[in-house]
Amino acid sequence: MPAPVVPMLNYFAYLFDGGHWSLAGEGIPDRLLQHIAYTLVTLAISAVIALPVGLFIGHTNRGAFLAINIGNAGRSLPTFGLLSLMVVLVGIGTLPVIVALVVLAVPPILASTYAGLRSVDRSAVDAAIGMGMRPIQVLFRAEVPMALPLIVSGLRSALLQVCATATVAAYVGLGGLGRLLIDGLSTNDYPQVFAGAVLVAVLAVLLDLLSAAVERAVVSPGVRERSVRRTRWRRARPDPTNEDAPTSPVGISG
Amino acid sequence: MITFDAVTKAFPGGNVAVDNLSLELPTGQITVFVGPSGCGKTTSLRMINRTIEPTSGTISIDGEDVTSQDAALLRRRIGYVIQHAGLFPHRTVADNIATVPLLNGVNKAQAREQARELLTRVGLDESLASRYPAQLSGGQQQRVGVARALAADPPVMLMDEPFSAVDPIVRDGLQREFLRLQSELGKTIAFVTHDIDEAIKLGDRVAIFREGGHLAQVGSPQDLLDDPADEFVADFVGRDRGFRALSFITAEKLEVEQVSAYVDRARGASLVLDDTGRPTGWSVDGQEVLRALPGTFTTRDALRLVTDLAITSPAGAAVRVDEAGVADGVVAHEAIARHLTALRRETER
Ligand SMILES: Nc1ncnc2c1ncn2[C@@H]1O[C@H](COP(=O)(O)OP(=O)(O)O)[C@@H](O)[C@H]1O
Ligand SMILES: [Mg+2]
Repeated sequence: MPAPVVPMLNYFAYLFDGGHWSLAGEGIPDRLLQHIAYTLVTLAISAVIALPVGLFIGHTNRGAFLAINIGNAGRSLPTFGLLSLMVVLVGIGTLPVIVALVVLAVPPILASTYAGLRSVDRSAVDAAIGMGMRPIQVLFRAEVPMALPLIVSGLRSALLQVCATATVAAYVGLGGLGRLLIDGLSTNDYPQVFAGAVLVAVLAVLLDLLSAAVERAVVSPGVRERSVRRTRWRRARPDPTNEDAPTSPVGISG
Repeated sequence: MITFDAVTKAFPGGNVAVDNLSLELPTGQITVFVGPSGCGKTTSLRMINRTIEPTSGTISIDGEDVTSQDAALLRRRIGYVIQHAGLFPHRTVADNIATVPLLNGVNKAQAREQARELLTRVGLDESLASRYPAQLSGGQQQRVGVARALAADPPVMLMDEPFSAVDPIVRDGLQREFLRLQSELGKTIAFVTHDIDEAIKLGDRVAIFREGGHLAQVGSPQDLLDDPADEFVADFVGRDRGFRALSFITAEKLEVEQVSAYVDRARGASLVLDDTGRPTGWSVDGQEVLRALPGTFTTRDALRLVTDLAITSPAGAAVRVDEAGVADGVVAHEAIARHLTALRRETER
C-alpha cells in the first residue's frame, strides 16, 4: 500500500469544512466571536486603567518609576502561570481569564502613554500654558494630541498580544479560538489545531488593519510620521513662499 | 504701561534669578531686556504673564496687579512668542493662529478666517493656512508664532528670543517686518534677547541686565551707547560702540563727489554705469573685468551702512543713489572720516 501522497490537504480539512462554520451551536463563528469579545473587553478594561495613570504620570512626571517598573514587571509575568494562580484563588470563570489578560495588556499601554507624553515638545507646552490654556486644556489640546502616535502604538501592540494570548481561556474550560487548539490536541485532530492557529493569526492581522484605520482617523497628519515625510518630500519643488531651509522638528524623522 | 516694583525671584535652592527689579515699560513701545545668558531676562519676562510667580514685589499692567486676575485669563490678553515658535505640530497653521480666539469662545469659521488675514499681515502666503508646522521653514514658523500671538489683538506682547534660532539673513528680514508691524499696531512689548545689536535695532528702550538678576542700566539705545553707566555696560555694548552709534545718524548731510568726476588715480578705480545711470561695478586698474559693488546707499540710510560700504568697496568708496537707483554721488572713506570728525566737534561744542 503506498502512503497517502496529499497529506497537506488534511490540514485544511477542518477549516474548510462548511459544517464547522454553522452559525448554530459551537462552530467556528461562535469561537471567533468569543475570542473577539475576550480581546476587546480586555483591551477596554486595560485602557481604562492604563491611560489615566499613564497620562497622570506623564503630565506631572510624578511616579515615573511606577510606569517603568510596572512595564518591566508586567512583561516578565507569565500569563499562563498567573491564570492558574487566579483560578486557584477565585475558581473557574471569565474573571480570572480577563484579569490575567489585563495584566498582560496594561504594561505596554502604560509605558507608551507615559513615553508619549514625555516626548512632547516642551516649547509647544510652554506656549500652550503661556497662551492661557488651563491645565486640563494643556493636557487634552496639546500634550495628548502630540503624544497620540505613541499612545496608539501602545494600544495596538497590547491588542495584538491579547489577541494571541486569549487562547489561554480554553485551558480553564472557556471558549474562544483556544478551544480548537486544546480540543484538537487532546483528540490528535491536527487539522483542528491548524485551523485554530490560522484563525488566531488571521484575526490578529484583521484587528491590526482595523486599528491602523482607527489610528489614521484619530492621529493628526501633522504628527503622523509617514504623512509628514510625504509632504516634506513633495516640498522639494521650488517654493516661492519658502525663504529658508526647512526644519526637522524633534520627533519627526525622515 | 507694565511696572515692575521691587520684584525678586529666588528659585528653590536659593538661586536668585531676579534681584529687586524696578522698571517701567512704556505703553506702545518696545522695551528690550538684554544681557548675558542666565542673568534673569526670561524669568523677568515670564513673571509678567505669571508663568513664573515672583518671590516678592509686584508687577502691574496699567496699574492693575497681575496677581489680582485669573492667570489663564490674564495670559489670553498677553501675546506670547518664544524662541522655537512652539507651534502645535498637530494643528494646521490656521488652527495654531486661532488658538487664543478659540479659547475665548470665538466660533471656528470666524477664527480661521481671521487667521488667514493674520498670515498676510506677518508676510506669509494665505495658502500656508492648511499646512502643518513641520512643513514650514524655521523663519515661516517664527512668523506664524507672531501671528498666533497677535490673534486676540492683545495690548501687551512678550517675546523671548523670537528671532535667535533662525539664520542671520532670515533674522534681518524678520526684524524689519517686526518693526513695520509694530509701527502699525503700537503694542506694549517686552522683548528678550542676548544680542546687543538686536536690542539696539529694535528697542525704543533697552534694559541691560547683569548676572544675578540686577538691572545695570535702562535707557534709549542712544543713551546706552553715548553714556554707559559703568564698566559692565560699556563692555557689553562693546568697544566698537562708536561704530554702533553710527546707526543713529543718517547720510543726509554727508557730502559726496560728483560721479562723473570720480576716478581715483591712486587706486586706479572708476565707477561703471549702465545706460540708465545705475552703477554696475568698479573697474580697477583699468581692467575690463568689473569688481562687484558691495551695495549702495541713499540719504536716508545710516552712516553705519555707508562706512561699511566704503570699507568693503574695492575702490574704498561708497556709491550714493537716488530713489530711482541712479548713481548721484560717491564718497571715499577719508571723506566719511572727515565728516565724523566734524560731527564730533559739533556735539562737543
Ligand atoms: N525653574 C528654575 N529653577 C531653578 N533655577 C532656574 C529656573 N529657571 C531659571 N533658573 C535660573 O535662574 C537664572 C536666570 O535664568 P533665566 O531667567 O532663564 O536667564 P536668561 O533668560 O537671562 O538667560 C539662571 O541662573 C537659571 O539657571
Ligand atoms: Mg532666556
